Amino acid sequence: MSTVRTSQKSMLDQLLIQDKWKRDDLLDLGIRVIDAPLVTVGGGLGSFALADHLRVAGVPASEIVVLGPCSDPSDTYRRLASNSQIPDNERLRSDSGSTIDNIWGFPSYALREAWHDRSLTPLMKVATEPILTEYFTPRAGQVYAGVDRECDRIGWSSMFHKGWVRTIRPDRDGGYFVLFTVEKGLAVDGRRQIERIAFRCRTVHVAVGYPGLALLPDLASFRKRYPDHSHRVSNAYEPHDHVYDELSHRSSTIVIRGSGIVASRVLQRLLDDRRTLGTNTRIVHLFRHYVDGPQGDSPRFRRQGGGGFAYQPFNFPKAAWSGQLREHLEGLESSERADLINRMGGTNTAPRKAWQRQLAEAREAGVYLQRIGRVTDIEPTGSGLRIVLDPSDGGSAIVEANHIVDATGLLAEMTQHRLLADLLTHCGAGQNSKGRLDVDPDFEVRGTRSGEGKMYASGAMTLGGHYAGVDSFLGLQYAALRITDQMSNDGLCRALSPGRNASGWTRWALGRPPRNRRAA
Amino acid sequence: MTPTLAGRIQTRLLLLSTIGLAWVVLVAALLGGSASPSYTDRLRAGVAALIITMLLGVVWELVYHAAQQYRWEKDWPTGLALAVGLTEGTAVWFALNTAARRSTLVPSMTVPMFVVVFGTTWLLIWLFASGPMRVVALRWRYRGGRLL
Ligand SMILES: Cc1cc2nc3c(=O)[nH]c(=O)nc-3n(C[C@H](O)[C@H](O)[C@H](O)COP(=O)(O)OP(=O)(O)OC[C@H]3O[C@@H](n4cnc5c(N)ncnc54)[C@H](O)[C@@H]3O)c2cc1C
Repeated sequence: MSTVRTSQKSMLDQLLIQDKWKRDDLLDLGIRVIDAPLVTVGGGLGSFALADHLRVAGVPASEIVVLGPCSDPSDTYRRLASNSQIPDNERLRSDSGSTIDNIWGFPSYALREAWHDRSLTPLMKVATEPILTEYFTPRAGQVYAGVDRECDRIGWSSMFHKGWVRTIRPDRDGGYFVLFTVEKGLAVDGRRQIERIAFRCRTVHVAVGYPGLALLPDLASFRKRYPDHSHRVSNAYEPHDHVYDELSHRSSTIVIRGSGIVASRVLQRLLDDRRTLGTNTRIVHLFRHYVDGPQGDSPRFRRQGGGGFAYQPFNFPKAAWSGQLREHLEGLESSERADLINRMGGTNTAPRKAWQRQLAEAREAGVYLQRIGRVTDIEPTGSGLRIVLDPSDGGSAIVEANHIVDATGLLAEMTQHRLLADLLTHCGAGQNSKGRLDVDPDFEVRGTRSGEGKMYASGAMTLGGHYAGVDSFLGLQYAALRITDQMSNDGLCRALSPGRNASGWTRWALGRPPRNRRAA
Repeated sequence: MTPTLAGRIQTRLLLLSTIGLAWVVLVAALLGGSASPSYTDRLRAGVAALIITMLLGVVWELVYHAAQQYRWEKDWPTGLALAVGLTEGTAVWFALNTAARRSTLVPSMTVPMFVVVFGTTWLLIWLFASGPMRVVALRWRYRGGRLL
């Protein structure tokens, strides 16, 4: 038995070296091959957006295969959001029209909230944003509930298969094989049992989100050197409630690294806890680059900034999603695109009055302190940490704290993701100027054509392409629309024509499933 | 929707010449009364107001687009799109009066009638562009209002 398994493993290893596969290669290994017109890999919100568009275009649920580890497409998002202090009742950072559960953006989240709460406030907010009020943003819970409803409507559970995609390889006869691994529990000998299935498809879509969590190098090295103290160093995207628990029991000092939206959320949580739970927490906010005023030389391209933060309501200017900046970016060369994306994006947070007020009060009370510098060493002490700085603000080189929270971001290197790295080595995919997956304006992964087969990608890993807001609800929908349009040009589905949209929308409004219509 | 210059102009021309026209035809009929001008005159005045809104609008759009360049977001807040109806309406009113004085083809309108015709048309188009337009023209919002 075990020799059979070993020889199968070495045959699989042999196969994994090859750039192209044949159906027989897989069958010889005892791997089941299932034919499917389209496979979307990831099963998160990017896969959901594509499946939603295709279903509205008339593609039957039986022709769409979704592969991923979580059956609910909001799962990964929800986990990252709640870890980074956005519980269901908090508001997100996208606008009212970025309705991930509705491909048309109508009715908007504000309209639905107004209807649900029988209140005009959300509508007044949209009508006066951002001049008299701040931009309306939906509550996280409203977004999740909408996704759940839309999943039921489009038959998501019938498209979804739980597991991990190991690799994608071109079929010698055109199209792709998507090698999928399903956990089958434990065997009697205690070994993990898995089943491998290969989906053979003409179109494959990759939307696997971020490769993982990133910890600043000095923090990662601290964790390695002092594993017993690793709970004192947390990434804001990983579960770190133990930090808030400890802070609620004793007076502490916490160091926050990063100045983006997640840092703002963590600061809000800490200051809310001071007010509501009476915690006695002192915050040291450590900046590497300090923003001390508006950014940009031209009055026509200047972003608000000051007090350490670069401010903009969303992670890019609004016109990057749908206006003149989108058009401008689409026409640029790779390196120019990277430059414009950096200038429009980078680390920034939302200019929310409530946050700014909270910080100003905390600073006044001496419980929020800003420092600028580079960390050169971190050592554990009896009950906390001793952080050695190379300060650039003239302050002391030593900061004593109980915890450090790293809010600097997620891991963005695609080579750190097994599947994405494999696309580079075996499928002909390349990297753009931002080091991410090189896609064309229709989100097709350049260099990966296989006969008539096409590979598409969307989400964070395509940043640096022809669209800036790829990692957002509206960006995922934009990518889904461009892909659906391409598939319709290739005769693989019906076009999302005005008539189809009108009837599709009516069915959405009535809660009826989309009507199946095969490509003409 | 975050407009581009071409998108602004195309959307304005399309919506005024379709929904705007249909509404003016209807509202001209609804505004009947013994003291008011005939239906044909009301309709002609309403259509003249629409045409002026389109023509002057192209110039207004250039101004709005220029103003938008000084916003970091390069967007045009929804409320602003509604509010500029006041200034535009005033300009159209003066232009309509001038046209009525100079040409027999353009009948004049009373202030209340103009306010009703222009105000409701503006509001209707704003409401349509803020929502239902996205349903029939799915790509419109991504293209900054461009239809062609
Ligand atoms: C904290 C946070 C807040 C955000 N807030 C907003 C907001 O307010 N508004 C907005 O518009 N956008 C927001 N975004 C951005 C964006 O909408 C989300 O990142 C969204 O979840 C991206 O969808 P995705 O499908 O690309 O990735 P995900 O939703 O993360 O889905 C990818 C899935 O692929 C799976 N996967 C990975 N590798 C494999 C493999 N080999 N095989 C199979 N499956 C695999 C992952 O486990 C994951 O489940 C936010 C993002 C974060 C992290």
